[in-house]
Amino acid sequence: MTLEVAVSSGAPIPLDVAFQVEAGELLALVGPSGAGKSTLLRAIAGLWQPDQGRVAVGGETWLDTARGTRLPTHRRRLGVVFQSYALFPQMTALANVMAAGADETRARAVLELVHLGGLEARRPAELSGGQQQRVAVARALARDPAVLLLDEPFSAVDRGTREGLYAEIERLRAHLNMPVVLVTHDMEEARRLADRIVVIDRGQVLRDGPTEDILFDPRALRGMGLREAGATLTARIDGQEGDGLTRLRSAGGPLWLPRISGTPGDLVRVRIMAHDVMLARRRPEAISALNVIPGVIESLLPGDGPGALVTLTVGDEVLLARITQRSVQAMGLAVGQSCFALVKSMAVARHQVGREDP
Amino acid sequence: MDWPALWLSLHLAGWTVVLLLPVAVFLGRFMAFHRFAGKGVVEALVILPLVLPPTVLGFYLLVAFGAESPVGQLWQGAFGGPLVFSFEGLVAASVLFNLPFAVQPAQRGFEAVPREVREAAACCGMAPLTALWRVELPLAWPGVLTGMVLTFAHVLGEFGIVLMVGGAIPGETRTVAISIYDRVQAFDMAGAAQMSAVLLAISLVTIAVTFRLSARAGRRLS
Repeated sequence: MTLEVAVSSGAPIPLDVAFQVEAGELLALVGPSGAGKSTLLRAIAGLWQPDQGRVAVGGETWLDTARGTRLPTHRRRLGVVFQSYALFPQMTALANVMAAGADETRARAVLELVHLGGLEARRPAELSGGQQQRVAVARALARDPAVLLLDEPFSAVDRGTREGLYAEIERLRAHLNMPVVLVTHDMEEARRLADRIVVIDRGQVLRDGPTEDILFDPRALRGMGLREAGATLTARIDGQEGDGLTRLRSAGGPLWLPRISGTPGDLVRVRIMAHDVMLARRRPEAISALNVIPGVIESLLPGDGPGALVTLTVGDEVLLARITQRSVQAMGLAVGQSCFALVKSMAVARHQVGREDP
Repeated sequence: MDWPALWLSLHLAGWTVVLLLPVAVFLGRFMAFHRFAGKGVVEALVILPLVLPPTVLGFYLLVAFGAESPVGQLWQGAFGGPLVFSFEGLVAASVLFNLPFAVQPAQRGFEAVPREVREAAACCGMAPLTALWRVELPLAWPGVLTGMVLTFAHVLGEFGIVLMVGGAIPGETRTVAISIYDRVQAFDMAGAAQMSAVLLAISLVTIAVTFRLSARAGRRLS
């Protein structure tokens, strides 16, 4: 059961994109807003008709402009999670799931699967953002879709809730044996969830490859906007200090960040943007940056401009640093060398710290 | 108290509502969900009866329905009687001049259904009519019902068009509004007052129902 998509169109935005998604594979379509990601998803769902295109799942053709085939949306066996969830506000959670054609037993089972057992009788307005999102996922899965489409499904919840939902999707993966397409502009989200990433820029495929290749490819990163480049360290809260900082334990040693609520032992994920990281060959002294993280250079990728992207291995995790090529030359940086990453505590905003579900 | 006139008015209002309900649902829904060339023209035509003096609209309808007109002849041929100065003619006129009252609130009601919610219905496998019944109408009904209530009340009070198209034939086209006028002409102020009071009461109830419905709609969709 492979999803094949080929779409080209002149309006509303010029688009010429083709890709395939295998059964059980989660593909992330990433790119800056306005790149055409959501339009592609709408073409798969039949909510938008391209000038030319073909969409086929398994042996079934949903769209083939060359042959004049166009299956209406309601006859395409798909599940969609919308950005705004688009739950039916007048229906309970259970009725929302049953609206997708599931009988009551199946609907209850799917709600149980997304940890919403006991909330079946609540209406969307009586559920939190994260819970509404889970109902939307349950509704999309209820009809056993041939394709699952996720349109920026996590953008409407705060970062903390998002972490929980990522964990939820990771856990659900065992049940997702159909092609899954996730649209996002969040690199971190793609890194966490996707097997493969297709980078779309101005309606064209800029890169198509396994997540780990794309993630550290400066050309791909530029397509997504380099400012989005960053990496995530996991850490445990070690203690709260009197001056408003929280001490954390990470693979790279102790970290100090602005107050994170929680008790010692709590697991958190800290997202560190590549442009917030400085590098030093020797451990510096008498500097204001509190966090000095030792690491080993795993890769050095010069960009087309003055910048370069350096990947550091820190324990079994990675850090990304965006520095100038001039600095790379001046410091004589090379793969395999050890060096220190400097991160200002104040550069890590509160929304960049996520909580891991226990 | 002219009971046959009140009965006739209620009858006319009832038929108008029954005939306009599907028009309001499908035309209102279409106008709310689709953009097309000439949409402005269609919207203007729907609103036209709202701004046109009733006697002017009545005059055109009288000409359009008359025995010499194609519509009038078609009717005569099919049913053997004239369309003007008949109850059926009144119903037809009534449906036309109430288009804005029925369609506009219905359109507003459907416009309040978010696009993603409509698309979600299709993505759940609902065919368009199923989606209309299970998702769109449950969200848009306050608008549709408001339109029907307004239409009902408006039919009871319409004077100019009814007089132009229907005349004032007792039991056939003399509605309660015309009956009030006739009573005053005959210096029967008590009879006129009685019927006016009945219409006043119906209007107050209409306003109360409409207000409650729009408040409820506001709460639901907030």
